[in-house]
Amino acid sequence: MATDDVWVLGISMTKFGKHPDKDMVDLASEAVLGALADGGVTMADMGVVAAGSLMAANAGMGQQVQKQLGQTGVPVYNVANACATGATALRVAMLAIKAGETDMGLAFGVEKLSGAGLLSGGTRKDDSGVYAPSGRYGAVAPVDGRIGTDIMPGVFAQIGMEYGHRHGGTSFELFARISEKNHAHSTLNPLAAYSKKMTLEEIMGDFMVAYPNTRPMCSANCDGAAAAVLVSGAKLATLSLEQRRRAVKVSASVLTSDPWEEACQVLPDVNTLTRNAATLAYEQAGVGPDDLDLVELHDCFATAELVHYDNLMLCEPGGAVDFFNSGATWRDGSMPVNVSGGLESKGHPIGATGIANVWEVATHLRGEAGPRQIEGAKVGLTHVIGLGSACGVHILEKSAA
Amino acid sequence: MAEQIPLVDYLVLGNDPHLVANECTSCGARFFDRRNACASCGRSGFTKVDIPTEGEVRAFTIVAFAAPGVPTPYVAAMVDCAGTSVRANLINIPADPEHVSLGMQVRLTTEVVGTDDEGTEAIGFGFEPKEA
Ligand SMILES: [Zn+2]
Repeated sequence: MATDDVWVLGISMTKFGKHPDKDMVDLASEAVLGALADGGVTMADMGVVAAGSLMAANAGMGQQVQKQLGQTGVPVYNVANACATGATALRVAMLAIKAGETDMGLAFGVEKLSGAGLLSGGTRKDDSGVYAPSGRYGAVAPVDGRIGTDIMPGVFAQIGMEYGHRHGGTSFELFARISEKNHAHSTLNPLAAYSKKMTLEEIMGDFMVAYPNTRPMCSANCDGAAAAVLVSGAKLATLSLEQRRRAVKVSASVLTSDPWEEACQVLPDVNTLTRNAATLAYEQAGVGPDDLDLVELHDCFATAELVHYDNLMLCEPGGAVDFFNSGATWRDGSMPVNVSGGLESKGHPIGATGIANVWEVATHLRGEAGPRQIEGAKVGLTHVIGLGSACGVHILEKSAA
Repeated sequence: MAEQIPLVDYLVLGNDPHLVANECTSCGARFFDRRNACASCGRSGFTKVDIPTEGEVRAFTIVAFAAPGVPTPYVAAMVDCAGTSVRANLINIPADPEHVSLGMQVRLTTEVVGTDDEGTEAIGFGFEPKEA
């Protein structure tokens, strides 16, 4: 193991779902204690703590968890980066290790979203007072719903539809079939918020949120946390054979933002920054899409999963529809995608998501995924995207030890 | 006739309602908001340009569930107006997938979206199907 590599030594996630009796500190602590135990280390070994939470971005979650598990005085970074918050926390801990400031670090992400409805879009009251232009568009009244939509299911619906306009082949049924796949996958994941198989008819007949996304085609708001202990290659070489055997190599860690493109300030462009992140990640890891045994990508909506097949270069350019229709992304296909159930059924506690997907891939690489194990998995990729935008891609490899 | 005010400052009212963008004098990037500098090239010179009022629907969604107070369903879309992308609702068309389609040819139109305490009407814009 090269000394400048960074490895996942321990990793854990809570069950995603409703946790009315646990607060965010409880959930985060459960994940952190799980990750520490999994890695055979303690808080005293952590030289840095990176804590991710979007809705509690100003709550100092890192220090709150330290106050329950161990106030060791090490630097804490509380991070928020839209739906890439967890991946960003992971990267912050990694950067501290890469910079040589420490040889071991902790990253965690946590969110409580059960019962939350739409996370965007403005409430509108009757207009009153006297109209006066305000804001960057000189608006005299709320524009959500009057000039397009701010709600995420609608934004990502358009992103999928735009792909269909460019390349053809999309339909309400096609997008629903993607959701059918992820809900089928979730039946094997005991940590998923929802693990019920859904038929195509049930999915298409469910409550319509923003055409073509019905409710089961949207990521599930839920509670959850995930945590990872990262270690330098040099330090890992001094640890036990068992720790080395179960360690998972972070072959690539990339974070991008969206470069300017025509239309990107009109409808968010989630494509270019994902493609850029994937290109860099494949370069860093020295692997290509064909080397991947499984992928956990950001299916915040069924319409989003389709475009990321293309953005992550899992298929030919423009070929995402044919690629999906070939069955490739089912768990028994050539490129299993979201075998955890994805955000649509596993759930999307935002801050935790970018670490939970690393947990999923790492668990397969360790051969510890039980009934949903992808046999012989050696290399996997995780992807998250937060609107605004931020994209995190990690490529993970099984230990040779 | 009541006083009128555009819903947003990049909508120009009058006999020939249209949208106007800030165009970067260096690279040609177009923006509808108040600018500090250009997101494409970083320079800060802008000029106003009129946006064509006809275009093609490149993406749409039919929003059935929105924040409290926002009437549903409505059709939100991205319209390509001769190379400049515009965010807008599609109006004067039933909000169902049988009537709205990708690639549809549309044109800009305006409508009253509200009235304030002094009787001033806020005028919004949307795109409606171009007659065949
Ligand atoms: Zn420019």
